[in-house]
Amino acid sequence: MSTLNIVNKSPFEKRTLEQCLKRVGDGDSVLLIEDASICAVAGTAYQDQLNATAELTKLYVLQPDLDARGFTDAKLLEPVQCVDYTGFVELVAQHDRVHSWL
Amino acid sequence: MKFAVLVNEGPYQHQASDTAYQFVHAALQAGHDVMRVFFYHDGVNNGTRLTSPPQDDRHIQKRWSDLAAEHKLDLVLCVAACQRRGIVDEDEMKRNGKDADNIAEGFRISGLGQLIEAGIEADRLITFGD
Repeated sequence: MSTLNIVNKSPFEKRTLEQCLKRVGDGDSVLLIEDASICAVAGTAYQDQLNATAELTKLYVLQPDLDARGFTDAKLLEPVQCVDYTGFVELVAQHDRVHSWL
Repeated sequence: MKFAVLVNEGPYQHQASDTAYQFVHAALQAGHDVMRVFFYHDGVNNGTRLTSPPQDDRHIQKRWSDLAAEHKLDLVLCVAACQRRGIVDEDEMKRNGKDADNIAEGFRISGLGQLIEAGIEADRLITFGD
């Protein structure tokens, strides 16, 4: 059973990203949306934790939310893949379960 | 695939109701079935027809109503959350002795059973909130 984990808040505001990363398993995915999208940018305090997580799980970021925050041309973490809303829908369909970390 | 969506946040609060709308729109465009959108907690504020946002801003309630009309979406507001926040249809207006109703086109008021049913019947239930 694969799980798509959706995180929507900045880790500088809430601890949901850290809680999520501690619990994801092999074959799961993490999708960063809304304020959490900023963690996909290279150089934040969460870079090492995300890179380590990416050895087991796939990391995605919602591109429109990066764009809305002025990070269109920013350098992203190497393992992060960008998706649009269509890609978001595909991720939900591809995984057995969806968990929003609220 | 059959999707159900839960919206727990009000319009213009943070971003959840916008993300939920964009997700539902994209799912419908991709040919998926969205069997129900359930609005809970402050999410019920998406369903009042009395909002008048500035003309150059998105009209979140109207956007939901238009999408519901186009795709025969089932937009359900939680009755207990509505009573607390003053979202009223004609039945609730009479039942609670109010002098007006304010539910928007395409929305209906019902109970939590509708959320449970959506969770059971849909292949995926996706939650958007704070």
